Amino acid sequence: MSEVGTAGNGARSGSSAARQLWAPWDDPNEKPHVQIVDVTKRFGNFVAVDNISLDIFKREFFSLLGPSGCGKTTLLRMLAGFETPSAGKILLEGEDMSGVPPYERPVNMMFQSYALFPHMNVEKNIAFGLKQDGVAKPEISRRVAEVIDMVQLGPFARRKPHQLSGGQRQRVALARSLVKKPKMLLLDEPLGALDKNLRTQTQFELMNIQEETGITFVIVTHDQEEAMTVSSRIAVMDHGKIVQVSTPAELYEAPSSRYVADFIGEVNILEGRVDQREGDHLIVQSPEAGCAIETGPFNGETADRPVWVALRPEKVRISKNAPPKSGRNCMVGEVWDIGYIGNLSTFHVKLDSGKMVTATQANMARLIERPITWEDRVYLTWAPDAAVVLLG
Amino acid sequence: MAGQSPQDPGDKVAYVDRTAANAGPLAGLHARLLLFAPYEMLCRLRLQLGISGRGLVIAIPYLWLLAFFLAPFLIVLKISFAEVQVAMPPYSPLFTFVEDGFISIQASWDNYLFLLEDSLYINSYLSSLKIALISMLLTLLVGYPIAYGMMRAPRRWRFALLMMVILPFWTSFLIRVYAWIGILKKEGLLNLALTQLGLINEPLTILNTDIAVYIGIVYSYLPFMVLPLYANLEKMDLSLLEAAADLGCRPIKAFWVVTVPLSLSGIVAGCFLVFIPAVGEFVIPDLLGGSETLMIGKTLWSEFFNNRDWPLSSAVAVILLLVLVIPIVLFQRMQDRNARAEA
Repeated sequence: MSEVGTAGNGARSGSSAARQLWAPWDDPNEKPHVQIVDVTKRFGNFVAVDNISLDIFKREFFSLLGPSGCGKTTLLRMLAGFETPSAGKILLEGEDMSGVPPYERPVNMMFQSYALFPHMNVEKNIAFGLKQDGVAKPEISRRVAEVIDMVQLGPFARRKPHQLSGGQRQRVALARSLVKKPKMLLLDEPLGALDKNLRTQTQFELMNIQEETGITFVIVTHDQEEAMTVSSRIAVMDHGKIVQVSTPAELYEAPSSRYVADFIGEVNILEGRVDQREGDHLIVQSPEAGCAIETGPFNGETADRPVWVALRPEKVRISKNAPPKSGRNCMVGEVWDIGYIGNLSTFHVKLDSGKMVTATQANMARLIERPITWEDRVYLTWAPDAAVVLLG
Repeated sequence: MAGQSPQDPGDKVAYVDRTAANAGPLAGLHARLLLFAPYEMLCRLRLQLGISGRGLVIAIPYLWLLAFFLAPFLIVLKISFAEVQVAMPPYSPLFTFVEDGFISIQASWDNYLFLLEDSLYINSYLSSLKIALISMLLTLLVGYPIAYGMMRAPRRWRFALLMMVILPFWTSFLIRVYAWIGILKKEGLLNLALTQLGLINEPLTILNTDIAVYIGIVYSYLPFMVLPLYANLEKMDLSLLEAAADLGCRPIKAFWVVTVPLSLSGIVAGCFLVFIPAVGEFVIPDLLGGSETLMIGKTLWSEFFNNRDWPLSSAVAVILLLVLVIPIVLFQRMQDRNARAEA
């Protein structure tokens, strides 16, 4: 899954060389397209967005990810101009957007409810924005036809919104916000109303359209899989604050906190204390795990405080035979439950400490030949790099 | 009722039969009511006539209209073809029994022809339509901002605002119109306030003019405009206005290209609810209007009570109904078309 995230963006940038290089957020010479500077938004006593600073670069597909109520939609609405920041400012191409009303911002939004005008047909809905700008009629019909073609709505151009299916409405909303070629497209849970199959398909269409148009996309979602699939970078939010901003792969492989590790995918979190340092690795003693854990590289200060080790279930090997060197990175427990989902099996293992951990195994052999079953005593092992140290 | 309470069912026992058991929460009540002879007879009659429960429910409003609208109208229609007589009632009978069991029918078009001859009636109709039309537009002009304001107000205020629109209904219509006399007359509250403020030197003559009639109609019929408009506007998705703004449309323009078209059915409903009763309005022009304020309601009144010409006033009423049927049919047709467009 994490591979898809980076590959998706790499494919858009063309050659494999560009795939390595396209990371404007790492380039100090690159000017950010959008700068969010110390932005806070309060509603009465409630702080919806709490002192957020964020740079978004041109052609990025940027996701704001978080549970509902984390402030991601409020931040998006401030970018669109529907809410004014209580403090801080938002710059678009270096220009301060404070005081610029939504109808004067070169930014378009795709609403969660789509907000299609019910009294206008598909064509008129899409043409609405161009009409407001006083674009000449032949130009309007040319551009409308162009986006209708792009979202494959040709046969439905004369229909009213209520005569369309949910997926078709979603395309109209997308076309309507794209037709003005905004400097930034804001998408508020754009796929939330679609069923799962259609959502997956539409995710890739969104990525293709983003690549084709070269418009900067900022998407709000609570679906981590969706964010991982489409984004160049993801900002994980919680309680109005940004917890981590990273590429999907980094977010998955090197989460900065327990919150992020837990939010993105499945994870086992083991509590422990740092015993010693070996080069750039740490040795963590974890009573919960019942063993010493040799972790991946970690440079931060850990003196005398509890740490947590995050371990992805798919990186844990499960075996009935004890490994040759069992002092480190080896937990022992009893198989409590097995979840069989076809391509994968998930083993829930109860460690001797009582802690439940999960290990996932690809089912390369047939089910009948599966050697591990309930109440088997098993050994869980992993490579040091799989164990990520978290401080909070 | 007490004797047939569930504790004391007498020698009869209420039971729910197989079909009634599926009939929902009222099945038990139905079974208990069956113990009453009149109810049981009605039910038996219903079964014998083969009327379904659904048919019965629909039939009730139809019967109501038949009894209290169609029957009186037919009586008025009958009288409109009669002639004036000094008698009780003051018109000639339409049917007279002649010997050998024959019935002679005496109907004349004279009343209707007279309506065409005397320009008073045509002028009254035209003037009524004009006053109703102008009042309707004024009511829309006043009512739309009220309904829109209610829709945009914070949710916790809406009920209070709605009550403020409905509350005047709790006072008699007649008293409210009388109150306007006190406001509009030469030494009334309005003139007093304006003179005190130094805006005018001489009191304005408003009472007993058409302006007073417009004020009265707009005031009295405002809820009929506001309520359907509010019901319609309230359903509007406010994100549509945000979408319009997002696409570069200024708020004022968004109002005209999004809000107004979407509230069209509410506007039409409100306009009809004001226009139709305003055409036949009698109390407001009589109390607030002047002697030269010509409205068909007043003409009808004087024809009926002052001239005691029941046939002629009946003819006036029949024509008024025909005049009003046209907009109602138009309204119905528009609603049908909307309904079909939705489907």
